[in-house]
Amino acid sequence: MLLVVEQFLNGLQFGLLLFLLAAGLTLVFGIMDLVNLAHGSLYMMGAYFAATFVAWTGNFLLGIVLALGASLLLGIVLELVALRHLYGRDHLDHVLATFGLILFFNDAVRLIWGPAGLALPLPAWLTVPVQIVPGVFYPAYRLAIIVVALAVALGLYLVVMKTRVGMLIRAGASNREMIGALGINIKLLYTLVFGLGAALAGLAGLMQAPILTVQIGMGENILILAFVIIVIGGIGSIRGAFLAAIFVGMIDTLGRAFLPDLLRKILSSAAASTAAPALSSMLIYLLMAIVLVIRPEGLFPASKR
Amino acid sequence: MTEPLLRVENLVRTFGGITATDNLSLQAAEGELHAIIGPNGAGKTTLITQLTGQLQPNSGSIHFGGRDITRLPAYKRSALGLARSFQITSLLRDFTAADNVALAAQAHDGHSFYFWGNARKEKHLREAAHATLSRVGLEPRADVIVSRLSHGEQRQLELAVALATKPRLLLLDEPMAGLGVSESARMVELLKELRREVTIILVEHDMEAVFALADRISVLVYGRVIACDVPAAIRTNEDVKRAYLGEQHAVTRHD
Amino acid sequence: MTASFNARNAVAALVVAGLVLLPLYSSLSGNIFILTLFTRIVIFALAAISLNLIMGYGGMMSFGHAAYLGIGGYAVGILAFEGIGSGFIQFPVALASSALFALVIGALSLRTRGVYFIMITLAFAQMAYYVASGLARYGGDDGLTIYKRSDFGGLINLSGKVQFYYLCLFCLLGGIYLVWRIVNSRFGLVVQGLRSNEARMQAIGFPATRYRLVCFVIAGMMCGLSGALNANNTDFISPAVMYWTRSGDLMVMVILGGMGSLFGPVIGAIVYLLLEEFLSQLTEYWALVMGPLLLLIVLFGRGGIMGMLGRSGRD
Repeated sequence: MLLVVEQFLNGLQFGLLLFLLAAGLTLVFGIMDLVNLAHGSLYMMGAYFAATFVAWTGNFLLGIVLALGASLLLGIVLELVALRHLYGRDHLDHVLATFGLILFFNDAVRLIWGPAGLALPLPAWLTVPVQIVPGVFYPAYRLAIIVVALAVALGLYLVVMKTRVGMLIRAGASNREMIGALGINIKLLYTLVFGLGAALAGLAGLMQAPILTVQIGMGENILILAFVIIVIGGIGSIRGAFLAAIFVGMIDTLGRAFLPDLLRKILSSAAASTAAPALSSMLIYLLMAIVLVIRPEGLFPASKR
Repeated sequence: MTEPLLRVENLVRTFGGITATDNLSLQAAEGELHAIIGPNGAGKTTLITQLTGQLQPNSGSIHFGGRDITRLPAYKRSALGLARSFQITSLLRDFTAADNVALAAQAHDGHSFYFWGNARKEKHLREAAHATLSRVGLEPRADVIVSRLSHGEQRQLELAVALATKPRLLLLDEPMAGLGVSESARMVELLKELRREVTIILVEHDMEAVFALADRISVLVYGRVIACDVPAAIRTNEDVKRAYLGEQHAVTRHD
Repeated sequence: MTASFNARNAVAALVVAGLVLLPLYSSLSGNIFILTLFTRIVIFALAAISLNLIMGYGGMMSFGHAAYLGIGGYAVGILAFEGIGSGFIQFPVALASSALFALVIGALSLRTRGVYFIMITLAFAQMAYYVASGLARYGGDDGLTIYKRSDFGGLINLSGKVQFYYLCLFCLLGGIYLVWRIVNSRFGLVVQGLRSNEARMQAIGFPATRYRLVCFVIAGMMCGLSGALNANNTDFISPAVMYWTRSGDLMVMVILGGMGSLFGPVIGAIVYLLLEEFLSQLTEYWALVMGPLLLLIVLFGRGGIMGMLGRSGRD
């Protein structure tokens, strides 16, 4: 029972993290119609920035804030220099160009920080276990991730649903021509949206950093997960991304935790222990395939183009 | 009474809360040219797309040649002899005019799972294509890529592609749209010839053309047929006048 | 236009002549490395050709094409591991299993369009990747060493470097010829018509999905062949050949060379892999140059290398 609660929270935490990544991706995809494979690189850069700034300042929170700013800045620069020239182009052009950016970022990181990974140590106050219900302890840092991610999700919801910028974002996601017709400075809006997406990706990366090692290529696996999420959720839909992210995070975590035991009941234990990791990695892709076969436009299509 | 070539009964199609086709019934007899007119947004194109199978109706039935085709996919309807032209020109833009027509002929010449022979060298397909192109007066432009044809030529090609499938019923969705005066006149002449060979359902805004060509006219308003009669009767029909006058008022006010 | 058409043909003819004469140069100059490098290039060019058939001509943007490299490779590897060394069994199995995989995932994926198609093909390829990682008997993540190359009796010896190179080249040229025939056939016109305007093709009477599916399967088989050759070339097969970045590499080769042109993918494969080789000799950080280069090619060189040489009249 204890394990179930803990794994459940782990699933939630992973799902929320995935949401931060997927939210930026789905906004950029929905509004600018840009397939950005380099979104995972921004996640990686967020983690590297955090490891660097925390070590440099000696202060965890200050380092994190600086890293967040750096991610935002990097996103804006990237949009201004390269990606804005890709709007309106074919999706394949996006794939090719941002694939090139992945190569670039991976080697840039190797050049600057070296091929070995970095560690981002947690301050003492975040390593204590917290008693969430009597008898159940959960690491404070993972709890902090859940709280921060939920707050960001709520903030994002408020911005998108209640503000003027949010109205434009929503309008853009469902009907791109419309915001042009409204006479809005689209270039600025696009740059802002991209910067926001980059900051969210960076935030996901830097929050994940203390749990995993900060290393080259860390953004690639998780990028594919984020794509799976926005496809399941329906491209351009924040709500769809949120639900799909929680769903995928849960399935992935719970699958990894409990599938081996389940399989052991059916198969020999040797076969089970080798098949389980593969099977649990496959689960999400299987889920996506099923969703797309049944609903070819995802669960919550944002637009009816 | 003999079975009409096309019989549409109680067709209903809604989009969200809007009823685009409202319990619509319609018949076209073999050999007639049946025009469908109506103000903008009357649901003319929605009707055509349901007839060709690109859109499924919510309820009602469509019979073609005595057979229920309501649930048949578009390609099977084409095989039965139903052809359409598109309101907004819809051609294979990166193919030549001849290729477009030849492909239509190929679609009705057995299956196309031939992987080896050069299809552009199949004599009977090319000859059929050139013959159809010359019917619409496009023969000299046969080897031009579609995207380099003028708008008028593309409209003619639309018609040629539909004809090349050797249809029993031709659904023409505004074939004169965007044509100049002389081009329109040529299209009317062409349709006058065609009507002798094939049953035609013509959706058109050009009233002069419609009254010159049609055997019967159905008037569509808000997804419903409000009148169906010979041109002379439609001209004097009070309901029709009201519907059109109403629209003209609306148009002038918006402008 | 005639002049640009000739430029494209001239480049293609030069490339073929160069590939045919390469072993001669290699033995005269004693440069064995170049033969090894070009064997790899020729194998990947075959994979790129097959991807171009569905992507360039058929408009089906598959982001999971590397799956067939793995399936073809594992067919060879697993059979060899189980003691079945005959190429007359290994290669047909490689082709058949690729075809079967393509048939199943194609039937499901072709229900979707656009970006969703890109993503669902990616998902299926990732599934194949994880299945291979779970094959504990065949090395799992670490992969499987193939101790003996496919045995074709006395017909051809795959361990002979030159013979193997010519086998790969033969398969590549055969593949190009096949694509050329297909593209100009009735079937090919239908598939290209569907890329251009699906609604129109349905309206004139073509059932879209079955033509697309057959095209998808043909491309899968060609890439499966490339996978079987690749496993023989590296004497090794692992899930890594199916990883999504591999599919990305293949896409890059096709787009770089020029989508929907017959020889474009070959040139794309040559340029991409040579560039990778050249840059990695120059600097350890070759991707620092390669990455922005790809970006520049997209921004300024539309239509790939073949596109820059001018468009031909027809395609």
